[in-house]
Amino acid sequence: MSAPTVVTGLSVMAANGLGTDDFWSATCQGVSGIGPVQRFDTSQYPASLAGEVRGFDAAELLPGRLIPQTDRMTQLALVAAERAVEEAGVDLESVPPYERGVVTATVTGGYEFGQRELESLWSKGSDHVSVYQSFAWFYAVNTGQIGIRHNLRGPSSALVSGDASGLDLVAQARRNIRKGARLMVTGAVDGSLCPWGWVSHLTGPGIARADDPARGYRPFHAEADGHVPGEGGAILIVEDGDVAQARGARIYGVIAGYAATFDPPPRLGRPSNLRRAIVRAIADAGLRSSDIDVVFADAAGRPEPDRDEATAIRGIFGANRVPVTAPKTMTGRLGAGSGAIDLAAALLALRDGVIPPTVNVDQLAPGLEIDLVTEARPAELRNALVLSRGYGGFNSAMVVRHRL
Amino acid sequence: MSRRVVITGIGAQVAGGSGTKAFWERIVSGRAATRTITAFDATGFRSRIAGECDFDPAQHGLNRQEIRRLDRVTQLALATTAEALADSGLEPELTDPDRLGVVIGTATGCSVSLDREYAVASNGGRTWLVDHTSVTPHMYANFVPSSIAAEVAWSVGAEGPATVVSTGCTSGIDAVGLACDLIRDGLIDAAFTGASEAPITPISVACFDAIRATSARNDEPDTASRPFDRTRDGFVLAEGSAGLILEELGHAQRRGAHIYAEIGGFASRSNAYHMTGLRSDGAEMAEAIRAASDEARIDGTDIGYVNAHGSGTKQNDRHETAAFKRSLGDHARRVPISSIKSMIGHSLGAIGAIEIAACALAIENGVIPPTANLHEADPTCDLDYVPLTARDQKFDVALTVGSGFGGFQSAMVLAAPGRLR
Repeated sequence: MSAPTVVTGLSVMAANGLGTDDFWSATCQGVSGIGPVQRFDTSQYPASLAGEVRGFDAAELLPGRLIPQTDRMTQLALVAAERAVEEAGVDLESVPPYERGVVTATVTGGYEFGQRELESLWSKGSDHVSVYQSFAWFYAVNTGQIGIRHNLRGPSSALVSGDASGLDLVAQARRNIRKGARLMVTGAVDGSLCPWGWVSHLTGPGIARADDPARGYRPFHAEADGHVPGEGGAILIVEDGDVAQARGARIYGVIAGYAATFDPPPRLGRPSNLRRAIVRAIADAGLRSSDIDVVFADAAGRPEPDRDEATAIRGIFGANRVPVTAPKTMTGRLGAGSGAIDLAAALLALRDGVIPPTVNVDQLAPGLEIDLVTEARPAELRNALVLSRGYGGFNSAMVVRHRL
Repeated sequence: MSRRVVITGIGAQVAGGSGTKAFWERIVSGRAATRTITAFDATGFRSRIAGECDFDPAQHGLNRQEIRRLDRVTQLALATTAEALADSGLEPELTDPDRLGVVIGTATGCSVSLDREYAVASNGGRTWLVDHTSVTPHMYANFVPSSIAAEVAWSVGAEGPATVVSTGCTSGIDAVGLACDLIRDGLIDAAFTGASEAPITPISVACFDAIRATSARNDEPDTASRPFDRTRDGFVLAEGSAGLILEELGHAQRRGAHIYAEIGGFASRSNAYHMTGLRSDGAEMAEAIRAASDEARIDGTDIGYVNAHGSGTKQNDRHETAAFKRSLGDHARRVPISSIKSMIGHSLGAIGAIEIAACALAIENGVIPPTANLHEADPTCDLDYVPLTARDQKFDVALTVGSGFGGFQSAMVLAAPGRLR
């Protein structure tokens, strides 16, 4: 058995907090960052709520040459990565060059950058397309840019499985460490809040149509009517546990267990395989269901997947037996950032012994029988389970353990 | 290495080669299938040539609804998956669906459809506030990149882990590498893997025009892809797809499957240098080759054929030639090296999987595909690139490499069945 993979640094970018401390204090107080979109005029669209990151000045935080070649979500990711590395307190150059890598992703690509270039192409002609378009929009852009900025030359990758990506990326980073890497920069910061991205969200699985932020993203609510898209996420530094301990690193927790499954074809009408992902992730962590003290739900915000998720949780833990929460109700769903920000929140919850709340849900849909946490709740937390599901049938489950 | 991974099924769609048999005939013919773009009117673009697939989805089992609904990249993936599955003889319904995984590579995803939908929604780029009522109602579901893996999983009934690997031009090799790891780790027993790309669309052609990465030899479309040649002037963009069935060795043996090759090792490294540029020393690719060889427990001198990235850009040819010398030493001067991109173009995220298929077929047939259009090697490229004609040569270990935007450098070692320890 190899050494555990541990998290030694993290940095969050979200609508309710720019930086880990702001995010965590807002989240524990139930302060949501969701509101009407300000970046573009939504009056012609049937949805207007988003989790926009405000007060982020890329020009102040990044070298000038990076600004024209990056989409906004890449700029957010670059700043998050820099802070996470700083927070881990590791001198990256002390890690052998081919044993430090990066696994992150964006599930929709750099949409805003891409929309500008599509506009140039179609309105002015092909010779007006930016020299940066070939890489500024693609799904591996954040992996490449973070790798260059921090000289990460080891195994590097980008996995795209909808909102399940966030956990899949961290699992891949753990796999890289088990195969010999010492340190991986992972997690994801994502987002596509521009008109072309908005049109894509509007055709998607269910964007909330409400105008009132308190009635937008209400997973497990009797009147759940979709999710609110947001931008942001978290970048994590994960390391080989022995190496991290040897350098006396502060350790947030262990990436203890993980599993992913895919749902049966819809035409067969068989139940979701989420339950199997959860069972295997707990087994992979060497734990039993009774060892799990809190579940960070995927919380799709639509009646059917909400019911499926509640059924899976109830089936494994029993009715109302384990606290369930969805702090994403304060940030919006973040593409690949979804799983990453929930992992960060889970690690912070383990650190502080507090379960952050789910907002906007004053009334559970009948029959769900889950213990949804709606006010911050102090608790002794040993292990947290994080769930992330990607549209189309991707189910991922990860267990983080507080103690080595 | 307790669990070993083998290739038991291959499907392919490339320019000038529909189906695995035609693909193989194409890449040993020495004749290129690149041509003037027909997918859209490319007048005014700097590069107007491409490797296009003559692909009729109806001929490959796709129904009318799938043809209307799905992007070309997904249709190609479904076709090559179906061919690979039939070729392997695997019966998914007799296998626990949980033990079947899906890992598909793509760099640009559903770009054909998204480009088209954008043009309509923006009224030809005239409005920033694009019109949501004019796009296809299920645009997100059908064209988000993860939909490619979802459609493949549904088509075969796989219910284990499923994902898309998108690492630019190394997506294909990286996807197969991940599928191999999932089997080795014991998470699944068989994987539907491979990669697919359909980038012959105005935005993709334009973005490579902008950095002059593609060949502008528009008057000679069928000889424009000239890896390692003194006169090369960039790569020729292409579409393509390969489907591969990977199985745990015992799983394949128990059902008496035909085994093309074993995947011995895989590694990826990153140059952390530039999003599109390469250092000339090839250090990271050399390191990936070394790590993949170590994993396969082979020595560099065991390698009997190298499938080069060979894109046909000047910086790639130099970078790669340096990487081979750095990792293989004197053996780099003896081992045959070739680029099938000279014949079928560079299909970005798909090509890595197509090249793995090429290596498996080359091992099986004892024939090394040539580098077409290579008449006079660049003076900096002084290795044996198998110019113009295929070579009959039995060998049992192949190395394939990929290099991509973002700085990714990947390498995989394949071997004849039973060859590895």
